[in-house]
Amino acid sequence: MLMPKPDQSVIARREEIVARLRDIVPGEGVIADETGMRVYESDALAVYRQLPMIVVLPETTEQVAAILGYCSDHGIKVVPRGAGTSLSGGALPLADGVLLGLGKFNRILEVDFDNRAVVTQPGVTNLGITHAVEDAGFYYAPDPSSQIACSIGGNVAENSGGVHCLKYGLTTNNLLGLTFVTIEGEVITLGGKHFDSEGYDLMGLMTGSEGLLGVVTEVTVRILRKPSTARAVLVGFPTSEGAGACVAGVIGAGIIPGGMEMMDNPAINATEDFVQAGYPRDAAALLIVELDGPGVEVDHLIGRVREIAEANGATSVRISESEAERDRFWAGRKAAFPAVGRIAPDYMCMDGTIPRRMLPEILRRMSQMSRHHGLAVANVFHAGDGNLHPLILFDANQPGQLEAAEAFGADILKACVELGGVLTGEHGVGVEKRDLMGEMFTEADLDHQQRVKCAFDPDGLLNPGKVFPQLRRCAELGRMQVHRGQIPFPDIPRF
Amino acid sequence: MSSTFRPSNASETRDVVAWCADSGSALEVIGSGSKRGLGRPLQTEHTIDLSGLAGIGLHEPEELVMSAAAATPIGVIERALDHAGQMLAFEPMDPGPLLGAGAGTIGGVFACNLSGPRRIKAGAARDHLLGFSAVSGRGECFRSGGRVVKNVTGYDLSKLVCGSWGTLAIVTEFTFKVLPAPERTWTVLVQGLDGKTATGAMSAAMNSPHEVAGAAHLPRRAAAASSLEPVSGAGEAITALRLEGFGPSVEQRCRELRHLLEDCGGTCVLRSEDSRRFWREVRDAAVLPCPDHHVIWRISVAPSSGHVLLDGLADRLDHGAFLDWAGGLVWLSTPPNGDGGTGLIRAAVSALGGHATLFRAPAAIRSSVPVFQPQPAPLAALSRRVKESFDPRGILNPGRMVSGV
Repeated sequence: MLMPKPDQSVIARREEIVARLRDIVPGEGVIADETGMRVYESDALAVYRQLPMIVVLPETTEQVAAILGYCSDHGIKVVPRGAGTSLSGGALPLADGVLLGLGKFNRILEVDFDNRAVVTQPGVTNLGITHAVEDAGFYYAPDPSSQIACSIGGNVAENSGGVHCLKYGLTTNNLLGLTFVTIEGEVITLGGKHFDSEGYDLMGLMTGSEGLLGVVTEVTVRILRKPSTARAVLVGFPTSEGAGACVAGVIGAGIIPGGMEMMDNPAINATEDFVQAGYPRDAAALLIVELDGPGVEVDHLIGRVREIAEANGATSVRISESEAERDRFWAGRKAAFPAVGRIAPDYMCMDGTIPRRMLPEILRRMSQMSRHHGLAVANVFHAGDGNLHPLILFDANQPGQLEAAEAFGADILKACVELGGVLTGEHGVGVEKRDLMGEMFTEADLDHQQRVKCAFDPDGLLNPGKVFPQLRRCAELGRMQVHRGQIPFPDIPRF
Repeated sequence: MSSTFRPSNASETRDVVAWCADSGSALEVIGSGSKRGLGRPLQTEHTIDLSGLAGIGLHEPEELVMSAAAATPIGVIERALDHAGQMLAFEPMDPGPLLGAGAGTIGGVFACNLSGPRRIKAGAARDHLLGFSAVSGRGECFRSGGRVVKNVTGYDLSKLVCGSWGTLAIVTEFTFKVLPAPERTWTVLVQGLDGKTATGAMSAAMNSPHEVAGAAHLPRRAAAASSLEPVSGAGEAITALRLEGFGPSVEQRCRELRHLLEDCGGTCVLRSEDSRRFWREVRDAAVLPCPDHHVIWRISVAPSSGHVLLDGLADRLDHGAFLDWAGGLVWLSTPPNGDGGTGLIRAAVSALGGHATLFRAPAAIRSSVPVFQPQPAPLAALSRRVKESFDPRGILNPGRMVSGV
């Protein structure tokens, strides 16, 4: 992975930068020894590693502002990091950059049930928010599968989703307020406990901006009352077409399940070997449909889902009769990644999204690609919203297999775009999909995005080398193109 | 010489904007013109009328997605969705009755990000826009987002264009999420609560597992303005809680919600068409007690603060009002004297946290006081740089949101 060329003149000033950062963050907050920095060399996309120049772990917004202001004044690059669970390399360090870790921002500041809001520091884990409110019967809805470890600040940076976002939305739909610091060290607060923005929706823009626009130091999220009931239906299909048609049938009947997950045969068998969840091993595709809400509604809809499944050729239908049974249905799905990890030395998890009805088509194409690249693939999907997680199996110790896996992954994502979908549904572009951006966007599309970056960070110091395949200078991007001098459009009606 | 251009497609739109960008001529952007009375009044050399860009491009009910050209009338979209048993879940308000204009276009709905009572459960217009194609103030075509809900590829510019009042780019086509319309809609009405007690009742309902999809409080004068007898006939304040969904579910939740609210006194239920009519009146602020010439404010604060704001203004500003969004949206009318209440309202809103928009006022007031809540200087400067990144010459709706931007 090609990263921007390190600036040797910055690296030469390392001692001076360490000293200045120690003035700002006293004590253990600055890590400059190789052993101490080693844990920060990669995020959850561990195939890419780079030791940062310096790690700094501030504890207050004022310290973040002072660090960024200093780095901005001295042309030093900064890579923000939450819990380091990014699957796209969003927190991959730079050899000439300061890694700014938000791990010490780990306090929940306020729980406000009257306004159904929690004000928190960004280093609190996603699940930590739910833990703070669950005794009162509330929860925070977006639930990425890393929720036990990932931080809410990282969720904002990546606009994280999860199993339940079909019904309850992504991070962006569950935020009320943000405080962030610009690269120039300016502290800006957006929103609060009220709805909607008074000006441009910069909170919506910040969400999913992958640490390129600012460093979030406080987050206000919306919490929801827990549904009173949740039940799951486990359905086996002899063909993936049948499962795909069932998904369309459920949505078409006006039902929005809390979650609707699909697994293909290799994934079913890998998980069955691992956790014995009782999945039908001979099924070509398995669906887990979870309905949540008031008890009477769940009972009513579950019958309709069963009818739709049977009408689409389901060979097995099981409905959870207890919480224990519902948990068992999910156990296999939740263990899918480690289960696949057991059957191959390495796997690469992809994250494209397609229009739901293209599920059978993308599966057909993936099995062709699997033969072409000589690598196996197991599939788990958030079927309700068309978000695919193909797991490409390979062995990094076999020469050429990592490259083959990368090429296979790129082919899958290109196919997603071709079928009307996108490169990434919830893991982010990061470094992983950076060079594929041109598959989805034209140069003009990307220029309009990069100019937004210039409005926030004119010198390109925040997390450079991520998201955009080509670093362009803001002065060059800002130049107006002269179109023509005359009124040349006689065809357009004028009045 | 001032002109109105009527392009019939995206590339003609681009030609017009490119020419204006070259010559630095300001453009007013309109769909049907229904929301011209909103925001700061404009003085531009030219107008671009997008009414030639109309029509639904794609509607796949099972994919929960629709695409439509910018100036597709909102009525056309709502009829197509209704036919498929679907809806725009953010419940776009129709400002027509208040502004004396029509219902407008899908472009106007997204440009103004005006969401209705279901905003508290389903999110705002901005939460439903999945992608768009546009011409920026540079006279260049670009697009962002896609047609799927799960998408984090690149910056989410859909959020940015929603609520940008046509000042960043001229969107030529929108792709948005559509959702199943509820099978049944009922409303539980509670009588005679004051603002504080009503806010407590709305909060209790919102904090229950009964999935309340609308929570409004109409003080006595607002209730009297309703066309529905159970609302206007009581001669008292009305607090309303909407339940939607599948039949048996709505019936059960309705029983349980009435039980929960027993301590608030008697409740009654509006069913089906009455219920839908009531929430249209709330959505469009038709229940706001408001003589024709009064100015109107739309104020967003934390749900627990709406009644506090009104209590604080009670002796200081002659006004009528009601609360939506469980107390977080305040609709307020006041006589058009002086600054139309701007000083008092803005000070109160700043103290509580939130923002106030001067929704209707004579042009003289709208051009002399800020229509939108003024922002702190660093945020205003950042917003200005964002504007310049899309529209460096400042030719699209200049001054519509903020003077000089």
